[in-house]
Amino acid sequence: MSDFSVSFRSNGDVRILDLNGELDAHTASELESAIEKCREEGSVQIIVNGKQLVYISSAGLGVFMAFIEELRERGGDIKIASLRPKVYNVFDLLGFPMLFDITDTEEEAVSRFSTTVSD
Amino acid sequence: MSLTEHSLLIRSTTDNLDKVRAFVEKHAAAASFPPAAVENVKMAVDEACANVIEHAYGNETGHVIEISILTFDDRLVVRLRDQGKKFDQTTYEEPDLATFVRQKKSGGFGVHLMRKLMDEVEYRHLDGQNETLLIKYRDAS
Repeated sequence: MSDFSVSFRSNGDVRILDLNGELDAHTASELESAIEKCREEGSVQIIVNGKQLVYISSAGLGVFMAFIEELRERGGDIKIASLRPKVYNVFDLLGFPMLFDITDTEEEAVSRFSTTVSD
Repeated sequence: MSLTEHSLLIRSTTDNLDKVRAFVEKHAAAASFPPAAVENVKMAVDEACANVIEHAYGNETGHVIEISILTFDDRLVVRLRDQGKKFDQTTYEEPDLATFVRQKKSGGFGVHLMRKLMDEVEYRHLDGQNETLLIKYRDAS
């Protein structure tokens, strides 16, 4: 069975989700639950840290697609940070960088939320 | 005639997808394909199996998927066989990511990804059986 987990952190109003392992059609529901949890808590500013994410399939990418519009409508966003090159390639192959805010580091993603708020 | 052939039978549940990826990775690497090509084939087969489980078998467990890896001098072919519902190619449309995001859709681009990852993707339905062929050439990128 694919090994995948999500853990939660906060930085001010920003919720940070650390993804670990392999995100596929079997484990995508775990990411979905994690984002649902943020939504229930009223957190709309979410950073997904992919430093320990070693694999992603379209089912995993689909979770981001399902939530992003609603979070943006509520003034938030999902920013994706620290992806490994192999995983970033999959995002890139499907054109995700055109529609999603993907940053090299988590700090950059946090600062972009700060900039948006002060604007 | 293929030079080598290896097969794996799995039940139609998503918790078998990691076994499929490990199987593909092992045999594509053993056939001396470069790491980037191995990764692409692995992903494409994962997408194909996930599609069979979700669409052909409607997420019903207990069905079987046969995955065979055939290597030739110039190419590697992964053949998937299942006895699920036929894939209607006539209604298939290439997905548009921006539209999907607006519609809050969470899926529907597995076939698109498979085609991007492989050199050729062929599908046929014969005698109640679906057969998908995923082909990667040695000299192609």
